[in-house]
Amino acid sequence: MGYENVTQSLTKVIEMKKITKKFGDFVANDSVNLDVFKGKVHALLGENGAGKSTLMNILYGLYSPTSGEILINGKKVDITNPNIAIEHGIGMVHQHFMLIKPFTVAQNIILGQEPTSKMSVLNMKKALKDVKEISERYGLYVDPNAKIEDISVGMQQRVEILKALYRGAEILILDEPTAVLTPQEIVELIQIIKNLTKEGKSIILISHKLKEITAAADFCLIIRRGKHIDTVVVSETNEEGLASKMVGREVSFSVAKDDKESGDEIFSIKDLIVKDNRDIIAVDKLNLSVKKGEILGLAGIDGNGQTELLEAITGLRKVESGEIKINGENITNNTPFQVISKKISHIPEDRQKRGLVMDFDISENTILENYYKYPFAKRGVLQYDNIRIYAKELIDKFDVRPKEESKMARTLSGGNQQKVIIAREVTNNPDLLIAAQPTRGLDVGAIEFVHKALIEQRDNDKAVFLISFELDEIMNVSDRIAVIYEGKIVGIVDAKDAEVEKLGLMMAGGGNE
Amino acid sequence: MIETILSNLALIIGTTLMYSTPLIYTSLGGVLSENSGVINIGLEGMMVIGAFAGAAIGYFVGDPWIAFIGAGIAGGLFGLLHAFACVTFGANQVVSGIAVNFLGAGIALFLSRMFFEGATMTKSIALDNKMPRPLNGVFPDGSLLKIIFDNQYATVYLAFFMVLIIWFFMYKTKYGLRLRSVGEHPTAADTLGISVMRIRYFAVIMSGVFAGFGGAAMSLAIVSNFRPTLISGHGFIALAAMIFGKWKPQGALLACLLFGGAQGLAVFLGQFDFEISTQLISMLPYVITIVVLIGFVGKSAAPSADGIPYEKEHKY
Ligand SMILES: Nc1ncnc2c1ncn2[C@@H]1O[C@H](COP(=O)(O)OP(=O)(O)OP(=O)(O)O)[C@@H](O)[C@H]1O
Ligand SMILES: [Mg+2]
Repeated sequence: MGYENVTQSLTKVIEMKKITKKFGDFVANDSVNLDVFKGKVHALLGENGAGKSTLMNILYGLYSPTSGEILINGKKVDITNPNIAIEHGIGMVHQHFMLIKPFTVAQNIILGQEPTSKMSVLNMKKALKDVKEISERYGLYVDPNAKIEDISVGMQQRVEILKALYRGAEILILDEPTAVLTPQEIVELIQIIKNLTKEGKSIILISHKLKEITAAADFCLIIRRGKHIDTVVVSETNEEGLASKMVGREVSFSVAKDDKESGDEIFSIKDLIVKDNRDIIAVDKLNLSVKKGEILGLAGIDGNGQTELLEAITGLRKVESGEIKINGENITNNTPFQVISKKISHIPEDRQKRGLVMDFDISENTILENYYKYPFAKRGVLQYDNIRIYAKELIDKFDVRPKEESKMARTLSGGNQQKVIIAREVTNNPDLLIAAQPTRGLDVGAIEFVHKALIEQRDNDKAVFLISFELDEIMNVSDRIAVIYEGKIVGIVDAKDAEVEKLGLMMAGGGNE
Repeated sequence: MIETILSNLALIIGTTLMYSTPLIYTSLGGVLSENSGVINIGLEGMMVIGAFAGAAIGYFVGDPWIAFIGAGIAGGLFGLLHAFACVTFGANQVVSGIAVNFLGAGIALFLSRMFFEGATMTKSIALDNKMPRPLNGVFPDGSLLKIIFDNQYATVYLAFFMVLIIWFFMYKTKYGLRLRSVGEHPTAADTLGISVMRIRYFAVIMSGVFAGFGGAAMSLAIVSNFRPTLISGHGFIALAAMIFGKWKPQGALLACLLFGGAQGLAVFLGQFDFEISTQLISMLPYVITIVVLIGFVGKSAAPSADGIPYEKEHKY
């Protein structure tokens, strides 16, 4: 049928025409067109750094475009700030949530459009009633009196959606809404999207997960390096078709991996007990070992002690009892500096908080662990020439974009931030590489790249410990799979014999063999 | 025996109220500024200029309330300056605060020399032109209430009232909610169409106004003129009180009472002939400030975005 024919009879609510956005010399959006139709879901697909968030920030009035125009319901509108976007019925759920942590759910929802009685005095009664009303109307249940810092990420996202609906949004932008959700929460979100379109709302959905796009979207705009590539009807294509359009080449979803004999045990954990922030036992007598030349995957649902386990290994959290050993050496309760010097590298879960110094440039970020060593420093003075040469090498080898070592980490897209971390950690040539959620929020091309990097480590006879909430990833990449539940390893299986159903059951605490 | 203890206690309570008052105003100023995300260590300088303006206007005009409001305006102008540097230009807030402190002290001294024949001290305000004492002579002679309230100036009662107002503003009105949101997560506030700039300007200017009041509460009530050593660190103590009070008006009030109490105690002890030198005793409020800050203050209470300049088109 083709895009033109399918969309002929639909009502256009938004037209973005030839939008160009430059940051300095850098062109983040290059003459991009986007049409959104009433009651339809329009997906945005593109690699990390392709310019998706930028385009949406323009539509929401947070960035002003360098050139191009926006029409809402056929009329040209200058969206110079979010207020104007809100007035025209545009709501946005940002990639990084925009919630005030110490405020309650209701306070977050009404902020900026507060119901008041006389003299600007807040009318919280009315606020609670309004919140309850919309949350029931769209099936988005939340506890309006709970504080944001106390509720789960999935709940926080509902609050974000409610915020937009409270402001009367007819067009809802969802920027990578599923990157931080559990599989169950993703299913719920897709249902919510369907409910919303039934009510006549239009949705713009940004996602790297092709499965979600094919499940939820009607149309899909594909951007590559800021350029408009194509708009397709989702029902007329498939995941492979979308992926190759986005990257510009064929992408393989399952990683090629040769069989390999694993070597001696190099890393082991015995009877480890670690407490969480609330002083409750999070890792409970855990036993685990990783061999040379293998990738051990740790599967499990978020919140079963993975974070605490990682922090204990890397020296960021106190071990109550038990033993952690690498190369036969005890590293229990070592400092992070000591852990690094024992040839353990770590790709952390939260790349912005623990992986990078956001206000350092790429080159400085590449030497965070080795800054004091020759050739990066001589007699305590940093040798920036050498650092830059080193950073350039890594940028080339790991395809970080843009290829400028003086670019601030903050200004990189999520995927490229991750590449910088991986480049640094892998180049340290560790005996054990710990990778926590290494592909969260990455595009398919970048995921392929990360997986290749992990497998290359293994092929070089190094040990890799992969922690992920994505079962597909664990099953694709690992040699052995351990399942964690309530701080304990409840089973270890060979990846070749692993079955999704069985692993799923173990992750939920059942089917312990 | 009991009677002397009680009357001594009443005396200490009375001096505590008196000495807490300038701190209360000033730390309320700190509460406003920092809850909007702008660190204000310039409180000291704003207090100094307020104290000078209060004393000078009080001397020339003769009306304490006009002088008090004038002090607020003077402090507010310095607040405007701080806001200009920190909000419009995204300057380092600590550096700007230090500059405000130097400027406050310098300008106060300069103006004093200009208007008071080269003297660094302003001329004393006539007793009748000082702040009124609303409860003077209300209580019977010799009663404890008389000891506590007889000599308290109107600024004392107003300070407590202001705590209530600021508390109500911050937690019960929409503008208070917005102010706190800007201090916690300015980007989030911005995405909801709240003007981070405007709110921060308002908060920092008001912070100056309150610090100005604090200074005037000193020069128009506790003493009756301005001299360069009058404020000597009270702005910083008020800042510490705000931190100790976990950035909340009610908390700041309690902390100010504690610090004011230390000062009251120092004054009370000063009247006896002790072996300890009075210099050591006068150190009490400062020592307590340091001990409290080292020992009791958690880090988590500060507004998350306190001290971070906000730029639009900063990467979201
Ligand atoms: N404020 C800024 N200053 C400078 N460069 C920026 C800024 N914001 C974005 N960029 C650059 O623009 C490009 C597009 O970024 P954008 O965040 O839109 O990517 P994205 O498609 O959303 O990627 P991701 O999938 O990783 O979220 C990136 O190369 C980024 O480095
Ligand atoms: Mg993005």
